Amino acid sequence: MEKILDVKDLQINFDTFAGQVKAIRNVSFHLNKGETLAIVGESGSGKSVTVRSIMGLLANNAHVDNGSIDFKGKDLLKASPRELESIRGNDISMIFQDPMTSLDPTMPIGKQVAEPLLIHGSMSKKKAMARAEEVLELVGITNAKNRMKDYPHQFSGGQRQRIVIAISIVNYPEVLIADEPTTALDVTIQAQIIDLMKELQNKIETSIIFITHDLGVVAGIADRVAVMYAGKIIEYGSVDEIFYNPQHPYTWGLLNSMPTLDTSSDRLYAIPGTPPNLLNPPAGDAFAPRNPYAMEIDYEQMPPFYKVTDTHYAATWLLDPNAPKVEPPAAIKKRQEEYHQLVAEGKIQSSVKGGAKDGE
Amino acid sequence: MGKYILKRIGYMILTLFIIATATFFLMKLMPGSPYANQAKMSAEQIKIMNQQYGLDKPVFQQYLIYLVGLLHGDFGTSFQFNNQPVSYLISSRIGPSMQIGVQAIILGTVLGILLGAIAAIRKNSWVDTVATFFAILGRSIPNFVFAVLLQFFLAFKLKIFPIALWDGFSSSILPTIALAMAPLATTARFMRTEMVDVLNSDYIELARAKGNTPWQTVAKHALRNSLIPVITIIGPMAVDLMVGSMVVENIFSIPGIGDQFVKSITTNDYPTIMGLTLLYSFMLIVVILVVDILYGFIDPRIRLSGNEGSN
Ligand SMILES: Nc1ncnc2c1ncn2[C@@H]1O[C@H](COP(=O)(O)OP(=O)(O)OP(=O)(O)O)[C@@H](O)[C@H]1O
Ligand SMILES: [Mg+2]
Repeated sequence: MEKILDVKDLQINFDTFAGQVKAIRNVSFHLNKGETLAIVGESGSGKSVTVRSIMGLLANNAHVDNGSIDFKGKDLLKASPRELESIRGNDISMIFQDPMTSLDPTMPIGKQVAEPLLIHGSMSKKKAMARAEEVLELVGITNAKNRMKDYPHQFSGGQRQRIVIAISIVNYPEVLIADEPTTALDVTIQAQIIDLMKELQNKIETSIIFITHDLGVVAGIADRVAVMYAGKIIEYGSVDEIFYNPQHPYTWGLLNSMPTLDTSSDRLYAIPGTPPNLLNPPAGDAFAPRNPYAMEIDYEQMPPFYKVTDTHYAATWLLDPNAPKVEPPAAIKKRQEEYHQLVAEGKIQSSVKGGAKDGE
Repeated sequence: MGKYILKRIGYMILTLFIIATATFFLMKLMPGSPYANQAKMSAEQIKIMNQQYGLDKPVFQQYLIYLVGLLHGDFGTSFQFNNQPVSYLISSRIGPSMQIGVQAIILGTVLGILLGAIAAIRKNSWVDTVATFFAILGRSIPNFVFAVLLQFFLAFKLKIFPIALWDGFSSSILPTIALAMAPLATTARFMRTEMVDVLNSDYIELARAKGNTPWQTVAKHALRNSLIPVITIIGPMAVDLMVGSMVVENIFSIPGIGDQFVKSITTNDYPTIMGLTLLYSFMLIVVILVVDILYGFIDPRIRLSGNEGSN
């Protein structure tokens, strides 16, 4: 499978008054052509910082201390501001979290959608507006023709996110980064936006990085999942592997705190404790203090990635051959049993490629 | 929009009526009489003068006479200044005042917007420090001090500008600069705060994500959005300017209405004071109306609803 984006050993620190925040600590991942990669993790785990570094839109106090981001043979971390400007909104574009604030309140939406075309192409203004109208129609703004001159405040939150999506796809980007595009929307609208993104991905053949802290959303859209915790990716694999055969206790916790229809107890589980302070990240596995399965070594040494399958890796000492066998929480065990059964029945093509199941 | 403007003009007339009434009665409460400082006049003469100007009539009747006059564009006759009609006093003196006033507000706001914008874009750099320094200077030093300093150095010492002489544009430069300092400082400070906010907003990040260069982002998105709140302070700045012009006109010997106002107050020249008060109120109300209309044009969220925006 062809990689369109390859992030290696990314290390990003922020200078603050209190000291250096070690926000991204050696993150590596890649994005295959045409797939959707979900990055999940609690607030503050470094999801936004990671994708902002791809866009070259890090805050002023950030510095990238190590790593490379390969996009079509070019290291984006070494690209000049001008090169990045020509890539942004053209080859790689981004959808932001809050549709209520991502649009310029004083510019008609038609013009906002046409803007990337005018920046990157030699298209005439008239043609760009016509194309903007087409794309607005495509993302589901009804009667787009008569709404081109309307302003953001004349649209609902869901419609505004559709407009933001229109802006992001108007140039047929090869990579689309969506940073929690549904978090600010209510549940029914969330589902519509997810459906829209899936539909668009097929139409414009783009690769998507989809950030969320809601695993429920992931099942519907992702092919692969990377789980982040405290500035590191701690587990990644196909969506089926992460949902049915998770290995890292943090992933267990995330899955357990996901509301499902068949949970017998009506109280929602939450992982106890809080993420570590990234001014002084712990020496070992950052999740250890919140991990009921933590061993001594978890506090002392960072676990390496252990291979589960060709596509599934997890950084937990539990996978070390010398580690004692532990029983995962009952709900997770149930998932794993389901998984083995599905594989046995041939319903899941195991480790090759976990296609997202519709519905959910 | 048309209906909205009509409504606003209605309110304007009402406001002017209330101001006319209030000034009239306040004036009556003020100690002293227009002829009290002319010791040469006998009691008999004063009585004749009072009769001539209707000052012997009951206050309420005087008020009605005044209002009826106003409706006919008659502001009365000055007690001083050679018994000229107040309307003539005003019309012959408003030109120079308007000239330096308008020049000052344009110079002040345009430079202030530029300075504030640059300070925000280059936040925490030396440009920002210099701009902040000037803003503090402009706010804290009264404009008559600037006026005196400018006159002393540029007109008296270096002789670049005419001194205390009203003679067309070149003589309007120094008073314009002196008057522009306060609006410049206010606008710069306000603009900087707004622009810093705007530059941190999500839609600016989206504009960058579209591939705009930093300067394109400012020109296409940040400037207009930062200007919206800045427009609201033009009204209060205009007041400052009108007040400031009284002293500055005096220092530069400009034959304007500010100068006239000061003289009228010191001589209890009721009709002139009232005429000028109404004029100042009128100008202020017009400025506020213009600002509101301008606001509607720049901010689409207000344009449609025709009244205060909700967010
Ligand atoms: N400009 C900055 N200065 C200092 N620290 C920062 C800055 N930006 C981000 N951080 C820190 O980097 C870490 C990762 O932040 P990031 O925004 O990537 O989290 P996230 O995973 O996107 O969380 P959320 O789900 O809340 O969006 C956090 O600890 C955050 O405090
Ligand atoms: Mg984030």
